[in-house]
Amino acid sequence: MARIDVNHIRHSYLPNPRKDSDFALKEVHHTFEDGGAYALLGPSGCGKTTLLNIISGLLHPSHGQLLFNGRDITNLSTQERNIAQVFQFPVIYDTMTVYDNLAFPLRNRRVPEADVDRKVRETLDMIDLAGLAKKKARGLTADQKQKISLGRGLVRSDVNAILFDEPLTVIDPHMKWVLRSQLKQLHRRFAYTMVYVTHDQTEALTFADRVVVMYDGEIVQIGTPAELFERPRHTFVGYFIGSPGMNVLPVALEGRTAKFGALRIELPGVPKAEAGAVELGIRPEYVRLGREGMAVQVSKVEDVGRHKVVRANLEGREIAAVIGEDDEVPAEPKVRFDPAGINIYADSWRVEMGA
Amino acid sequence: MDKTWNNKAWFLVLPVLVLVAFSAVIPLMTVVNYSVQDTFGNNVFFWAGTEWFEELLHSNRFWEAMVRNLIFSFIILAIEVPLGIFIALNMPKKGWGVPVCLVLMALPLLVPWNVVGTIWQVFGRNDIGLLGYYINALGIDYNYVQDPFDAWVTVIVMDVWHWTSLVVLLCYAGLVSIPDAFYQAAKIDGASRWAVFRYIQLPKMQRVLLIAVLLRFMDSFMIYTEPFVVTGGGPGNSTTFLSIDLVKTALGQFDLGPAAAMSLVYFLIILLLSWVFYTVMTNYDAER
Repeated sequence: MARIDVNHIRHSYLPNPRKDSDFALKEVHHTFEDGGAYALLGPSGCGKTTLLNIISGLLHPSHGQLLFNGRDITNLSTQERNIAQVFQFPVIYDTMTVYDNLAFPLRNRRVPEADVDRKVRETLDMIDLAGLAKKKARGLTADQKQKISLGRGLVRSDVNAILFDEPLTVIDPHMKWVLRSQLKQLHRRFAYTMVYVTHDQTEALTFADRVVVMYDGEIVQIGTPAELFERPRHTFVGYFIGSPGMNVLPVALEGRTAKFGALRIELPGVPKAEAGAVELGIRPEYVRLGREGMAVQVSKVEDVGRHKVVRANLEGREIAAVIGEDDEVPAEPKVRFDPAGINIYADSWRVEMGA
Repeated sequence: MDKTWNNKAWFLVLPVLVLVAFSAVIPLMTVVNYSVQDTFGNNVFFWAGTEWFEELLHSNRFWEAMVRNLIFSFIILAIEVPLGIFIALNMPKKGWGVPVCLVLMALPLLVPWNVVGTIWQVFGRNDIGLLGYYINALGIDYNYVQDPFDAWVTVIVMDVWHWTSLVVLLCYAGLVSIPDAFYQAAKIDGASRWAVFRYIQLPKMQRVLLIAVLLRFMDSFMIYTEPFVVTGGGPGNSTTFLSIDLVKTALGQFDLGPAAAMSLVYFLIILLLSWVFYTVMTNYDAER
């Protein structure tokens, strides 16, 4: 297991990158602590797979260094880095049996056959494929195949890190849940350094201790699931995490109040915002729907099971509010913003609030 | 029993039936007819029964041509298949090199058989041929007209030049269909170059390789034009393959009976081998 330092890494797929937009990874500088479970979360094309492939050595970064336990390994090959990686779509060796598929990474490294057998059997039990050990891998279903891919990632115990590139895309929802909790369990037992790429927030939030949110080639926030929810550092994090995402309203500041059109909203403190476009962000969970506050027109109520999502119009802006499953929308609905859930953004980045 | 019988369908099949009858069935039956009769010309035929077949199966000439043909096919496959795989593995996968390589590879396949024969016939001559002249100039005694070994080398090199491309193109098609993730996973798993070939590339090429082997075997077993143009089956009978022998018998000596019997046996051998290949391939599919 290793601590991974990503040292000012930039990467471009073009031979001669000039502008900032030529870079798939603008600049990433971050440390993955030894034994941590990280999720790289972001929309498609934000550079998360690029970052993962740079860590595993499948890509060589245009600029910057990569360190394992303080040792510069930027120029080492994938084989020399001793990393396990699981890909989005199942990769299996068609002609081999399930057992041989799992044994392959060990045999390539000349592990004694007795150890191979022990490790493979352990892994087979873990991914619940012990019954298929002797079967040829090509006859299996897609999720069985992906379990084999997963198993090949887990079979070596001496790896520096295990990287997952959206590994559960092809797995059906029930199995997803089971496999994810198995990975989590495995992490607790063996304290592997794990990096898990996904665009699914539920997956990221349930798997990882720390979530790294990426947007347009940059890391916009690193934090625990709770931090990402309560204090999104960037409006993108607010939109992207949460269902529905954070409400963002353009406002003008005046001491402890924010003016939104003709409305005045009390803030919990004085924002330390300099010039720039100022926005107020509030999660639907902190929007209180009732008989007092600012008048809204309710356009739609979505019942999502445990709670209801109310879509309403506030001064020409669409906002969302979450109410309890048994709550009713009042006849003349009004909303109030809970000060605990208010964040202020200047040029999309969150600003602190003073007393 | 409420199945509807509609005999109109026969009219729709009839054109194809007529076509097949004229192009295949009737000529084949003519050959069958010749194979059991003898003639001294003037369209007078005598019943000969199985005489020609017995004679053929006891004839050294036939078996020698057969053995020569099998050896030829074996050598061709042993060279063209590994060479084809090797070239396909080393062809570029992207960039401007791809179309260049593909066109270069396709060129020999576009040349008509008898032109290929003529090219090599001239190319290998030791008086005016570029190849023959310089080989002799290097001090190697090379003469495909007189030396059976040289004749074989020439015919084999010519076939390799002409047909390896087919194997290359088929293998290349198999190779480019392998997603990048497989190579990446192999790197992660610490696979050697050989392991990548053995467990990723070869399995993906298996199907196209079967087709390549089948096609090359059939073609080389029926080879006629090129060796006929280059060596005419000589020196002696050293490059007389089955088809050349057949034409000599049928047209050279005008022995219709023996030639017809030989055609039928030849036809049956090819039919048998096609069936073997077909069975192997469909079994392979069923296993998947």
